[in-house]
Amino acid sequence: MSTAVTQQIDEVKSTPWSGGRSPFDVEYGKMMMWFFLLSDAFTFSSLLISYGALRFSAPTWPAPSLVFQSFPGLIEHGAPLVFVGLMTFILIMSSVTMVLAVEAGHRNSKKEVVWWMIGTIIGGLMFLSCQALEWNHLHSEGFWWGHIPNKETMQEFFAIGVPYTQQAMTSQQFANLFFTITGFHGFHVFSGVIINIVITVNVLLGTYQKRGSYLMVEKVGLYWHFVDLVWVFVFTFFYLV
Amino acid sequence: MSAETTAVHAHGAEHEDHEGMTKGRIWKVFFVLLAITCVEFIIALYLAPHYHIPSHWINPIYIVLTLLKAFYIVGYFMHLKFEKVGLALAIIVPILFIIGLILVLTNESHYWIDLRL
Repeated sequence: MSTAVTQQIDEVKSTPWSGGRSPFDVEYGKMMMWFFLLSDAFTFSSLLISYGALRFSAPTWPAPSLVFQSFPGLIEHGAPLVFVGLMTFILIMSSVTMVLAVEAGHRNSKKEVVWWMIGTIIGGLMFLSCQALEWNHLHSEGFWWGHIPNKETMQEFFAIGVPYTQQAMTSQQFANLFFTITGFHGFHVFSGVIINIVITVNVLLGTYQKRGSYLMVEKVGLYWHFVDLVWVFVFTFFYLV
Repeated sequence: MSAETTAVHAHGAEHEDHEGMTKGRIWKVFFVLLAITCVEFIIALYLAPHYHIPSHWINPIYIVLTLLKAFYIVGYFMHLKFEKVGLALAIIVPILFIIGLILVLTNESHYWIDLRL
């Protein structure tokens, strides 16, 4: 009788939310990384949604295919999306190396984790260099926070017949939003690279091997994939739409 | 002994299923992401200019493709598809607030443009 009752109580307690164990079944730090990324998602959404609101409310907007049509150092005109396509490819590629590092971590293979992490860091640095070139190119055309190109240059970025006052207004909004949002994203990539380097050094020192788990690699991986995720949205709303 | 072996094997299989991401799967997801990006490029560089498709048709396609990419990154690379349902809901449900803000500000921006014109 008493055994049956105990069994019944045990049975009741076996559902995830009946207490005694974590319903999420995930380590504390990893859960907090998820919640941090959620808050970060809100920040990026606010930025992108205000961009959308200003763009929708503007009578005209610089055409992405005219503004972003150069491949810095190689092609000056007529190659829309090519450079940013390369940047997208680099970032997706570094996401893959990151997830391969996590996979190697599950197998406790220190050497493989190190190599994939180094690959991820190189990908991050390549992306940052590309962004520096992109910024430099737009800056040389006259775009910057609070600055717009001169009248003749600006004409190149709009459909024919848009009045100059409208061009000046929306170019300024475009410049401020572009540098703020890609800058904020680039800063995330930069901190991601720094964190990746710290983690790689720890892997090399054998910290996680002693600990018996490469969970830290997984956590930094979450952050890195989030950076990739944000870029997917920035890419769509700045370069495609 | 035999029962124990089966139990270990069953646990092993479950573990593998929980881990979710094998090397093959990772590359599969990568090629899906690459393919979606290529489709976006084909639309932006070839289909849209050659067939003069209006942007209010093209933009929803871009957004759907972007959300599809987001699903693959969050679900597979960030592993959320293999986490407990509770955690997945805790992350995904708050996104409703973002959708709310999108709806509010699109509505507002239509009002702003009416003011300006």
